[in-house]
Amino acid sequence: MAVKNFTKKSVKGILTLLAVSLAFSASAAQEILNTSYDVSRELFVTINPKFQQYWKEKTGEDISVQQSHAGSSAQAAAILQGLKADVVTFNQSTDIDVLHQKGNFVSPDWRKKFPNNASPFYSTTAFLVRKGNPKNIKDWGDLARSDVKLVFPNPKTSGNARYTYLAAWIYANEAFKGDEKKIKEFVSKVLGNVVVFDTGGRGATTSFVDRAQGDVLLTFESEVNLIRKEYGTDKYDTVVPKISVLAEFPVAVVDSVVKAKGTEKVATEYLNYLYSPAAQDVLASFFYRIHDDKVKVAYAKQFPELKLVSVESVFGSWKDVNDKHFATGGILDQLLRQAKQ
Amino acid sequence: MLVTKKSLRVLPGFTLSLGLGVFYLSLVVLLPAITLVLQSLQISWDEFVFYITDPRLLSSFRVTFLAAGIATVLNLFLGLLLAWILVRYQFPGKKLVDTLIDLPFALPTAVAGLTLSALFAQNGWVGQLLVPFDIKISYTFIGIILAMVFTSIPFVVRTLQPVLEDLSPEFEEAAETLGAKKRQIFLRIILPHISPALMIGVALSFVRSLGEFGAVIFIAGNMPYETEVVSLMIFTYIGEYNYPAAAAVAMLILITSLLLLLAVQLLQNYYGKRHSRR
Repeated sequence: MAVKNFTKKSVKGILTLLAVSLAFSASAAQEILNTSYDVSRELFVTINPKFQQYWKEKTGEDISVQQSHAGSSAQAAAILQGLKADVVTFNQSTDIDVLHQKGNFVSPDWRKKFPNNASPFYSTTAFLVRKGNPKNIKDWGDLARSDVKLVFPNPKTSGNARYTYLAAWIYANEAFKGDEKKIKEFVSKVLGNVVVFDTGGRGATTSFVDRAQGDVLLTFESEVNLIRKEYGTDKYDTVVPKISVLAEFPVAVVDSVVKAKGTEKVATEYLNYLYSPAAQDVLASFFYRIHDDKVKVAYAKQFPELKLVSVESVFGSWKDVNDKHFATGGILDQLLRQAKQ
Repeated sequence: MLVTKKSLRVLPGFTLSLGLGVFYLSLVVLLPAITLVLQSLQISWDEFVFYITDPRLLSSFRVTFLAAGIATVLNLFLGLLLAWILVRYQFPGKKLVDTLIDLPFALPTAVAGLTLSALFAQNGWVGQLLVPFDIKISYTFIGIILAMVFTSIPFVVRTLQPVLEDLSPEFEEAAETLGAKKRQIFLRIILPHISPALMIGVALSFVRSLGEFGAVIFIAGNMPYETEVVSLMIFTYIGEYNYPAAAAVAMLILITSLLLLLAVQLLQNYYGKRHSRR
């Protein structure tokens, strides 16, 4: 008898709970998830409220934008395994390509869906050094010196680090006029000078700033300047080399998810908003290089001129890069081995 | 016939609990293990050999097994010492220390790794004391051992504690009256008694250390060929969307762990028979 009563009570309780939660979810605002790369937290914390306001003014609806941050390959893997992301804002196009190849989460022509090859902003690899630049690091060549210790994340797990590796290669390609033996020697020396390989961009920042590892941190120009702003212009200096890699930050709507959730319109509008002057202004204030001509002018002083070389122009397609360099047993692994010897 | 065919069980509901137990075990242990095996079977033998003979992976095996081995030896002595103190001595704050032993279990391993790396970095509280001696802990091989010791020591302590508590004092007292020295009492009477539990604790500690990811990667340095562990290699393969390779490597670790635990079980049985024959 007691058991029967208990079951009746618990069934009642469960039903009430269900009804309450359903009522809550019905009245809750629409929600989209922006799955992004590691070091873009502060950026979207600033942009998202602006978009919420813009959307409210435009349609009168409430929208809530959730964020997820991790290494961009890890994020892509998460989406492949079921993370319901409405939009992705990554730092490499390969991670969006894989969303198309392995399960058709995005359409094959995602690059054409938004201006500038679906890149609202771009950046490059720059250096962060200790105040006063005690080791006198001026350009890529200095990174191969035996008395210089470097910090940047693991190229196997971080898109940020892959750009660093490619940028070093690009520099060497120009400096040694395509002599592959010399290029490999240079990149190998650079890899050998690394003190610690963290899994992501922020991990590397922590190692350099909090744990005082290394003489120079190699990361996106945006992150370099952000660290300087955050931790004090009196502690660190920025060094922008004369030549570096063009790092485009592509964005895409995850079609399969938005179609199922019914958030296609707001997701597309969210990404379009990143091209609007208001958002471009925020991006520039976070030290990302932008395409909007008018906003560019106001921020011109904080972006030194340098030669930006695209990955495709030196290495061919991103697929070639991954197969030749970053895959197991590829050039990266060989050079790491060389560096140990 | 008055004799019933149904066998009498001492435990009521034995068949049901056995069934539920096996079902749960299958869900939690067997299903993931089978999935792992199926995933790893997706690569051809040649590909498998290619990955297994990759020098970077082989180095990571060397680093992981060596660090786990050293950490386990350390845990053997430290764990035994800790368990002994907790069982044999009374002191203020004993309950607190006893609870703290479970801290590595309760703490997310990433938090453990972060705090250890902060503590032992050259500008950390402990790390800066070691700088004059030119000893580096964070971002070196020693850091890996430290992380492994931290996360695996509860295994040794917790498996030893009940056995030590159970140890009735009469054997030791008898030995003392017969003139045995303290060292002889420990080696001849106490150690054989606790060695099965000790072996299991040590084996669990080793197996746990093999697979430790979160605590290790923050303090390790992750330099390929030097301080890169197998769990990071698996993570890397997954990052390359190379699930079969990741599963293959994971399966190797799994098989090693299972073989080790099996060996310990067999040794225990052997010891158990020896003991009971007396």
